[in-house]
Amino acid sequence: MTKAKRNRLIYNIVTYALVIAAFILLQSMIANKSISRSLKGQLVPICSWIVMAVSLNLVIGISGELSLGHAGFMSIGAYTGAVVSGWLLNSFAVESTLLRLVLAILAGGIMAGVMGALIGIPVLRLRGDYLAIVTLAFGEIIRSLVNVLYIGVQDGHLCFSFLNRNMPEGVTMLVDGAKGAVKIKPISTFAVGFVLILITLTVVLNLVNSRAGRAIKATRDNRIAAESMGVPVTKYKMMAFVTAAALAGMAGALYGLNSSTVVPTQFTFNQSINVLVFVVLGGLGNVLGSVISATLLTVLPEVLRAFSDYRMLVYAVVLILVMIFTNNPLIRSFADRLIAPLKQLLRGKKQGGDEA
Amino acid sequence: MTQVKRRANTKMVPVQSDAIVPERDADKAPVLEARHLGIEFGGLKAVDDFNLTIGKTEIAGLIGPNGAGKTTVFNLITKVYEPTMGAVLINGRDTHGMNIVQASKLGIARTFQNIRLFDQMTVEENVRIGLHNQIKYNMFTGMLRLPGYWKQEKKQHERALELLHIFDMEKLADEQAGSLPYGAQRRLEIVRALATKPSLLLLDEPAAGMNPHETEELMENIAKIRDQFQIAILLIEHDMSLVMGVCEGICVLNFGRIIAKGTADEIQANPVVIEAYLGKKKEGQA
Amino acid sequence: MIFLDNLINGLSLGSIYAIIALGYTMVYGIAKMLNFAHGDVIMVGAYIAFCGLQYWGLPPVIAILAAMAVCTVLGVTIEGLAYRPLRQAASLAVLITAIGMSYLLQNIALMIWGANPKFFPPTFINSTTFKLGQLNISSATVITILANIVIMVGLTLFTAKTKMGKAMRCVSEDRGAAELMGINVNRTISVTFAIGSALAAIAGVLLCSSYPTLQPTTGSMPGIKAFTAAVFGGIGSIPGAMLGGVLLGVIEIFGKAYISTELGDAIVFAVLIVVLLVKPSGLLGKPVREKV
Repeated sequence: MTKAKRNRLIYNIVTYALVIAAFILLQSMIANKSISRSLKGQLVPICSWIVMAVSLNLVIGISGELSLGHAGFMSIGAYTGAVVSGWLLNSFAVESTLLRLVLAILAGGIMAGVMGALIGIPVLRLRGDYLAIVTLAFGEIIRSLVNVLYIGVQDGHLCFSFLNRNMPEGVTMLVDGAKGAVKIKPISTFAVGFVLILITLTVVLNLVNSRAGRAIKATRDNRIAAESMGVPVTKYKMMAFVTAAALAGMAGALYGLNSSTVVPTQFTFNQSINVLVFVVLGGLGNVLGSVISATLLTVLPEVLRAFSDYRMLVYAVVLILVMIFTNNPLIRSFADRLIAPLKQLLRGKKQGGDEA
Repeated sequence: MTQVKRRANTKMVPVQSDAIVPERDADKAPVLEARHLGIEFGGLKAVDDFNLTIGKTEIAGLIGPNGAGKTTVFNLITKVYEPTMGAVLINGRDTHGMNIVQASKLGIARTFQNIRLFDQMTVEENVRIGLHNQIKYNMFTGMLRLPGYWKQEKKQHERALELLHIFDMEKLADEQAGSLPYGAQRRLEIVRALATKPSLLLLDEPAAGMNPHETEELMENIAKIRDQFQIAILLIEHDMSLVMGVCEGICVLNFGRIIAKGTADEIQANPVVIEAYLGKKKEGQA
Repeated sequence: MIFLDNLINGLSLGSIYAIIALGYTMVYGIAKMLNFAHGDVIMVGAYIAFCGLQYWGLPPVIAILAAMAVCTVLGVTIEGLAYRPLRQAASLAVLITAIGMSYLLQNIALMIWGANPKFFPPTFINSTTFKLGQLNISSATVITILANIVIMVGLTLFTAKTKMGKAMRCVSEDRGAAELMGINVNRTISVTFAIGSALAAIAGVLLCSSYPTLQPTTGSMPGIKAFTAAVFGGIGSIPGAMLGGVLLGVIEIFGKAYISTELGDAIVFAVLIVVLLVKPSGLLGKPVREKV
């Protein structure tokens, strides 16, 4: 086995092991009732944010395009999930919450994936800053559209209306314009969230270390060279974008079905930036980093109440500093020199271990 | 791809032309035919009436002063630019309306004047991108790690090492491409291009930044690659010892037009070429 | 009549977009970066003017000048601290930094002035209403449109005639070559940020004269729309920013009036997407070819 392959294997094993260990630990804490109420309430959202961060990392870190509309896909998933779950209960009397949840998450993923494809076809022809601003625009358009969307269910079929609340008598509203998705039965569970994280990790990590994933990375590193090697650039950018959108949709469905209402203002541009902070702080292209930073940054503000007022302020400073420290050649070489003796020390130890 | 729907059904026969190919390739179809090729950038003719035929196993050189349009010719052949005049035929097929990817699939591979590696990927991964259309499996096989994944990955790995062996670079397989020394980066670009199994390899200043010893080695390797892979090579180069040493047919470009074509000896003796490189003697000067 | 009313409102809103878009377009043309924080500089300018008028009792003209001065310093500081270290970095890194800067400004404003909206006091800008037949035209509308024209003519002359303006054009065309010709690139970029930020302060005051609610997030939406306008008109082009801004303002007002109030923003962004797909270089922009 080559060195690169071994490092990759270790990285993947550590990632999976950490997530599984955290799940087992938390489950046993729940069984012992030694978990705080507020943390318990955070478990499902944490799962959603991890999936959001890992999927956005696929677009930004691996495919190298800045998407500022990731929350838009989350909202599509949340709304679709709420509608599908309500519809299944109302029209087909599906009582099993697990079945409803799984179907809702799948539907959310498919819907967001389809939207991702529709958006991706025009958008991915653009480059760099333009792509960022257009994804932002799409996020805002999605938000405006769901704001005037009305969906109800009556006698087993769905009624849609747009712009005006044009609904028959006695209808059960599922999505009520600016009020959002209403009267949701919260059915999300931590276990399903955990499985969703595992699926996300499998999809993203396996993709990265495969033919398609290398093609995606190649288009990030050098578009013209990738094309010259016969790699259809747009196809692979699309693959990353749609996969990420579908995962965000699933995260959205999980998130939406964790509470009784979902409102459009939950998925603004700010939310996209939040996820961007997770990704940047965890390291562009670093999946394990995304998992850790999404978890910590979701839990910390809850733990440190006093800190929460300054949360966004600190986020902003962190974003700027991380970017300057990782991208300025002078500062970087200075930091490298600081770290070098430490690295030497570690390496020395490791070599000693090998000899023993 | 935009193609003319209706085509005249006339049989066309070859006529006399100034195209030259090595004798051993005379009975085989040429790899590349550029016919009256030209491109205008806002009224400026960067390349004009460019005619070139390259034989199946020919090593050809494209030389000329800076700004003569050499790299533009490469960009026209590889479809980075769509020519405004004339046609490029690869293995007899018209590339009109094709994009870079389609041209690559027809059998063109290239290196770049300013190196364009996938810097953040390893050396082996760079070569594997070259193998993208050679050893395939689909996205779901990769995501789900089906048996096909393991089989094809192994094949890719072995093939990549084989190719790296050309320049004795197997040991560097796990290094990050961007961190390689300059000469190694140039060699890796050639390996990556070869991985696409081209029938025509375009090298844009392969010896730039190399010392005489490295250039010597490169020259041998270019000949070796041609012999081993039986492909045609077209190279742009300013190092005349390399061009004259390895190129069979040489084409001289100045101000976007071909000013001379021929063997190394013919080119060296051609007064038009000397004038283009050194300038014209002024009347009355010694 | 309603049509004319909407048209005038559209022109007025569009003129504000145009002034903001000038800041985007100049910075993008010269520093090749999307200064995401530009919209928030507008907000800071508006707050400074607000404080000047409301708390410090300054005369309107002085308050506006104070806002311009603060914004100029702010713009130059942002550029020097956050963007200059990233001059050689990938555009993704610069963009993320700019987004961070935008957030920083919003949150600092939130700490200083709080989340509750402030109401921008009336000034000479919106003191009178002209009657033109059945039309009522606010003086704010007239002043906004006039200011836009004056600024555009001024900037065009500045870039065409002055030494600094020529330096800006050089840097925007080829930074490396400009540096070799002895142009101080860092100083040129700083001046560009200074001008853009001073314009942002004016835009902030004009924006709040027509729409007097002032919040820490006041600048972000107009900022994004103005960037849309700059792209629409052709990024890097001064007349393009003007044309794009005015058209976008008119489209937004008409969209809200005739299609749906809720979908106004969606319509504006849809226009952006259509423009980028049909003519990525914008209405007056020049297409750029990637060098291989």
